[in-house]
Amino acid sequence: MLHQLTTHAAADLLRAGDISSVELTEAVLDRIYAVDNDVKAYLTLLPELALEQAGEADQRLGAARAMGELAAAPPLLGIPLAIKDVISVEGVRTTCGSKILENYVSPFQATVVDKLRAAGAVILGKTNTDEFAMGSSTENSAYFTTHNPWDLNRVPGGSSGGSAAAVAADECLAALGTDTGGSVRQPASLCGVVGLKPTYGRVSRYGLIAYGSSLDQIGTLTKDVTDAALLLAAIAGYDPRDSTSMDIAAPAHLNLNLSLNLKGLRIGVPKEYFIAGIQGEVETAVRAAIDVLADLGAGVKEISLPHTELALPVYYLIAPAEASANLARYDGIRYGLSVPGASLWEGYRQTRGQGFGPEVKRRIMLGAYALSAGYYDAYYLKAQQVRTLIKQDFEAALAEVDVIACPVSPTTAFRIGEKVDDPLSMYLADVFTLSLNLAGLPGISVPCGFDGAGLPIGLQLIAGAFAEKTLLRAAFGYEQATDWHQQKPELISR
Amino acid sequence: MSLTIEQVEHIAELARLALTAEEKALYRGQLSAVLEYAALLQKVDTSQIPPTATVLPLRNVMRDDAVQPSLPVEDVLANAPDAEDDCFRVTAILEA
Repeated sequence: MLHQLTTHAAADLLRAGDISSVELTEAVLDRIYAVDNDVKAYLTLLPELALEQAGEADQRLGAARAMGELAAAPPLLGIPLAIKDVISVEGVRTTCGSKILENYVSPFQATVVDKLRAAGAVILGKTNTDEFAMGSSTENSAYFTTHNPWDLNRVPGGSSGGSAAAVAADECLAALGTDTGGSVRQPASLCGVVGLKPTYGRVSRYGLIAYGSSLDQIGTLTKDVTDAALLLAAIAGYDPRDSTSMDIAAPAHLNLNLSLNLKGLRIGVPKEYFIAGIQGEVETAVRAAIDVLADLGAGVKEISLPHTELALPVYYLIAPAEASANLARYDGIRYGLSVPGASLWEGYRQTRGQGFGPEVKRRIMLGAYALSAGYYDAYYLKAQQVRTLIKQDFEAALAEVDVIACPVSPTTAFRIGEKVDDPLSMYLADVFTLSLNLAGLPGISVPCGFDGAGLPIGLQLIAGAFAEKTLLRAAFGYEQATDWHQQKPELISR
Repeated sequence: MSLTIEQVEHIAELARLALTAEEKALYRGQLSAVLEYAALLQKVDTSQIPPTATVLPLRNVMRDDAVQPSLPVEDVLANAPDAEDDCFRVTAILEA
């Protein structure tokens, strides 16, 4: 069952010569052919390209073995991965889950993909996403909805739902996603995999198609915490092509041969994250997970993030405002759908009116309104000011504790169609994840149990800016003390 | 905060979005609901609070103004709906 392997386990087998990358990639492709009709994780599959890259990886492995240099080979050499379809792969269609980019073939490649390819990783394909990463369920994809491998009648979360479902269903060893308000962590939680959102500035966004530029960050969806550390080490670092990437050396290797003892680690539990409306089983599982962290030696205390309830309105003004500016580029002239009009203006209106789906239109309009004359101070500026308060909440809390522990999502995976007619109720799915983006901090979702219907629950851990090592240490300690991450879905409808 | 249809039409023009009558009615209700929720922010006294535009301690990242390799013109134009003489072709905006 090669497709079930973690990245690090596969890397060990590849080095030992027990398997080849071509065998591994074929096994994963076979898995995709067997289950993706039900899961629908992939928008674009690249079998020929993947097998060619796997062949190259085998040659590199063979050469390294002959030279006695296997130990120095990159850990991702020969590992088949999936890429969310908002991240550019040169020569490959990048749709962003939108009809407006249905036939757009990227002429250049994202820095993260360059880095993965330089490390010898194999690119299997592009995964489904809510249109332009706007959504919490993949139901906003213009193509199809991805199904949750734990219950095919339910959503996988979003917007990186294709990547999360692909990892959960063993249709890749790991995947990249993006997280603007929870779009890596929430689908990870709903699909029972590990989702890491790095610090804003940690990973270059060159080649990531922009949604909310002060919030967007590329993250990882993996089968365990060790893999999250491996992928982060591969994609992190300063990039002169992204002026918001920081020149702070990423840990070359997040060595997780750490003691499982969490003695000395201070963990804060924000009372504002256990509110009315949270599913009882989610609260119970998250509180039990915090008890496990305490059993491992961490000091646990209650903290307060007093402006938490304001994060949702702040986010749904700032992200749409940034989106309205970023998506102004879809004008039907340089790329993408082009609907001719009698005038240039009319062409813009028709192209955008026909090319964008409902959620994207809603957010563009919300943003245009918040930025418009007469409303800027009351909405956009006000949201930026309250954003300062939210950031200060985290700064004060993280002066007292090293890691914050809380739920990822107030509920487990909801049914497909359940929230599509009520955007505000869909936005509430992000209520525990988006404040972290407003503050730019790193966070991770780690599997911490199941509800009565057998649906996964995620524990969210949050650390200070660029403190991914602390974050991963806590996540790894918890993971190794439990076996939630080893459970596999049956891919059935319940 | 309830938007009027005229306001929805105004926003749609700002955003260059052609909307059907059904869309206008739908977005009027949905956007009003979100803006109503956003009114929560008006209760917060922010008179002494500076805005946060970026979380990074960065201002004005500078680099040398040096010529760098860029994409070949044919690659840049490959996705264009209409191109001519190494340029994007657009609808005329001035009368001849």
